[in-house]
Amino acid sequence: MSQKTIGASLRSQGISRRGFLKFCAATASMLALPPAVIPQIAHALENAKRQSVIWLSFQECTGCTESLTRSHAPTLENLVFDLLSLDYHHTLQAASGDAAEHARELAMEANKGEYLLIVDGSIPTANKGYSTIAGISNIDMFHEVAKDAKAIVAVGTCAAYGGLPKAEPNPTGAVSVEDLITDKPVINVPGCPPIPMVITGIVAHFLTFNTLPELDSLKRPLSFYGQNIHDRCYRRPFYERAQFAETFDDEGAKKGWCLYKLGCKGPTTYNACATAKWNEGVSFPIEAGHGCIGCSEPDFWDAGSFYKALSVPLSGTAQAAGYAVAAGAAMGVAAGAMNMAKRNSARKTHETVSIDDLEREQS
Amino acid sequence: MNYAEFLIWVRGDAFHWSLAIFIFGVTLRLLEIILIGRKANLAEKRGSGVAGGIRTIFTRFMPNQAVLPRVMHTLVAGYVFHIGFFIVLLFFAPHVALFEAAFGFGWPALPNGVIDFATIMAILGLIAVLINRLRNPVQRMLTGFGDWVAWFVTLLPLVTGFMAFHHLVEPYPLMLALHILSVELLLIVFPFTKLMHTFTLFLARYYTGENAGHRGVEI
Amino acid sequence: MSSASFERGYHAFKEQIDSSVAAYFQSCVSCGMCAEACLFYTETNNPEYTPIYKLEPLRKVWEQEYTLWGWLKSSIGLSRKLNDDDLKQWQHYIYDSCTLCGRCSMVCPVGNDIVSMIRKAREGMVAAGHAPEGQIGASKRAVTIGSPMGVKLPALQAQVRHIEKDTGLTIPFDTEGADYMVLLSSMEIMNFPEYLEAIARIMKQAGKTWTLSSQAFEATNSGIQIGSTDIARELVSRVVNAAESLKVKTVISPECGHAYTAIRWEGPNLMGRSFDFKVKHIVEVLDELRAQGLLKTEGFEEQRLTFHDPCQLVRRGGVVQQPRNLMNMISEDFVEMPDAGMMNWCCGGGGGAAAIEEAEELRTQAFMCKKNQLDEVKADALVTACANCRIVMEEGLEAYDMDIPILGLTELLAEHLVEEN
Repeated sequence: MSQKTIGASLRSQGISRRGFLKFCAATASMLALPPAVIPQIAHALENAKRQSVIWLSFQECTGCTESLTRSHAPTLENLVFDLLSLDYHHTLQAASGDAAEHARELAMEANKGEYLLIVDGSIPTANKGYSTIAGISNIDMFHEVAKDAKAIVAVGTCAAYGGLPKAEPNPTGAVSVEDLITDKPVINVPGCPPIPMVITGIVAHFLTFNTLPELDSLKRPLSFYGQNIHDRCYRRPFYERAQFAETFDDEGAKKGWCLYKLGCKGPTTYNACATAKWNEGVSFPIEAGHGCIGCSEPDFWDAGSFYKALSVPLSGTAQAAGYAVAAGAAMGVAAGAMNMAKRNSARKTHETVSIDDLEREQS
Repeated sequence: MNYAEFLIWVRGDAFHWSLAIFIFGVTLRLLEIILIGRKANLAEKRGSGVAGGIRTIFTRFMPNQAVLPRVMHTLVAGYVFHIGFFIVLLFFAPHVALFEAAFGFGWPALPNGVIDFATIMAILGLIAVLINRLRNPVQRMLTGFGDWVAWFVTLLPLVTGFMAFHHLVEPYPLMLALHILSVELLLIVFPFTKLMHTFTLFLARYYTGENAGHRGVEI
Repeated sequence: MSSASFERGYHAFKEQIDSSVAAYFQSCVSCGMCAEACLFYTETNNPEYTPIYKLEPLRKVWEQEYTLWGWLKSSIGLSRKLNDDDLKQWQHYIYDSCTLCGRCSMVCPVGNDIVSMIRKAREGMVAAGHAPEGQIGASKRAVTIGSPMGVKLPALQAQVRHIEKDTGLTIPFDTEGADYMVLLSSMEIMNFPEYLEAIARIMKQAGKTWTLSSQAFEATNSGIQIGSTDIARELVSRVVNAAESLKVKTVISPECGHAYTAIRWEGPNLMGRSFDFKVKHIVEVLDELRAQGLLKTEGFEEQRLTFHDPCQLVRRGGVVQQPRNLMNMISEDFVEMPDAGMMNWCCGGGGGAAAIEEAEELRTQAFMCKKNQLDEVKADALVTACANCRIVMEEGLEAYDMDIPILGLTELLAEHLVEEN
């Protein structure tokens, strides 16, 4: 826990003012804010105390943390840790065992009502014993820490929407942060993993304006999740011209044509991959020749094969069609047989019309 | 239910059920018709009934010249709608991918600009069809509730598809889901309305053409 | 004694519905194009004369009796059952305003053979007692007397004696093994005896043997027109029996439209078996003789001629080119009316409509379409191959003060026969 301001902390680490302003400018641009607010960001960050953060990891794979530690531009890796006072993160912290838990309790006490809770991983509800830390079940620890948090950031699709643990048939009864919290601001930073700069951006926003950024209907910051991959994809012109790679090694694939038919979920996926990119802006999945799997969308594991086009219905169609044909045929044959019998019986019971039958009986 | 769950539902359970109802209904209704039976034609034939039947299936795609001037409105509106509709249905890339997954073979798709144009044509065609229906005394008299329903559920997928394609409603997955849902509505309504003509017109034309062919009448 | 009833009519509708009727009703998209082909609609603009609308009773029975969906709808009260008042109202549509001309069947975009369903619907109307009085009378006369106009054998024999005396030709009766058995329509016997004379001369020139039958000389079939299979079968069977007992090779249907349909196409189906003899329309026979060089004519008509195609001959019979070949033998100024051939407009009195007195005004109104056709070509004379068309058109021309003579094709040809020494 540091009492130094961020500015002081940065200077002590030898970060120049120029470098700091570059970071502020990048942050403003990430958040889609006008350049006029850069000095405001700089001022706010310089004088803010490092934000106390408690990071809880539940049913997760540590991919989100891995992603965060590989953040880039501008020297983000350092800045992330200078902006934040990461008081508890059981993968990254040096302390272990009782000491680690003690650090968490201390942070909660010292920053009561002010600390940020970051969660990665989903929370099992079917049985408390499915996932525990220091003998405390995930759900208990979550409630305990969430109680006095100022806001909660759900990092990664598991924390945001349940992710892989929640995929059908969801054996652990996994739920997302949102499913458990109704009385506190929750911000989702989905992705499997999410783009690291999003976390930095949110914290910067939080420190500058003391509010959370504008969110979409799935509680994702609009500045990062406002546009879908498809609309920002550099392969989009091929889609418009109906030029598709049919396999991963055909001529179309080599020419960099659209991956829609290979299952790209770009059209229904909202994320910044196509613009922010990964690995220090080197590339993103589509650029690497693989379709988007839609990892920042709820239940993306259950949205059909990663390798089948978005327009292809989820599996079970053939079975449904098979049953329907069988049922339709059975019922159709029955109805048809009834029709046939009805017509035949009508013809058999035909009463001959003679010229004496042409008029009604006069009554 | 958020839009992602909604999209999964329309692509999954909802699609399976509506497709099942469609297939069930169409199979049932076709068998209901075919199994009633027909009497064999004992008159000495002057031509081939089978050839006549097959011939008429195709010749009736063309309008009869004698009534052409009198039916121009209906005819043009009908053609514009049908051609536009089938271009969109069969040649929009995502649709092709769907058929490819269903049948195991595909065909080249058309560029989106063409599809967009065809969609507009189909929608305008349907609107013209509606205007004809409201204005032409014969059509107005013949049109029943089921016909209005059929018109509406045919229009919906075109409009929702157009809206989805142009991102007229955000988020896109929601609009896409609504588009798929409208198609499902069409599938469900299909077997119980005149939309069945899509299949039965081939029977109708065959029966008529067979009788004419047997008599050596070229129609 | 049994009598007509709604129940019998309903039963007959059920009998008549088959796969084709079901496919037709299921396919109709209410586009209304059939109305534009129907002379009763085009000349009156009354939408109730839309062909498919005339079938509403039959459609109701199909939907409620032959579809699960329709049965469901009617059982929960979403659709009304057919009743006798419906049939009473529909008599006007099914008989007065339909000549079974079949133009509607030609234009339907989904390919519905609408006229075939009118024919079937009439079966139900007859059984329900909702056939027009004029047709009931004609049917009774046809069955009891042998001709819808009440012409008996002695009347024919009298005409035959006249012709034999005038021409010196023999008109054979009941000759076994003849090439042709010639049938007549009552109208020809009473109004156009020239037809029989023409046949005699043409057959003589062609060197063909032929005969009339004293048992069955009447070709017209009121049963087909009123729409009763039973009556139609009774009438057809007389012809079939006569032809078979005389062992003729071919039966010639006279200049009449529906008689051809009755014997050639419906006949075997009415009898439930195919025939040992062939059935041909006189125009077909004449064209065959022409093709074989057995029909030799000389000279040409000086007047401008046009030809009216009988509906049953073209759309329902496929005899389109033959009369044109024959017309060209004797006319140098042969003009076609607009829509001639497959889509020719009906005279307005086919399918028994001419026998319906109360529909005469409507018929005259519908004749406008024929008048328009004739005005277009300005012919001096109108040729046709159907005595019924001829009578109806004569009435129509009179109603519109048009002075155009109508000629029978056979007699016109006979006038140009090369006289042999």
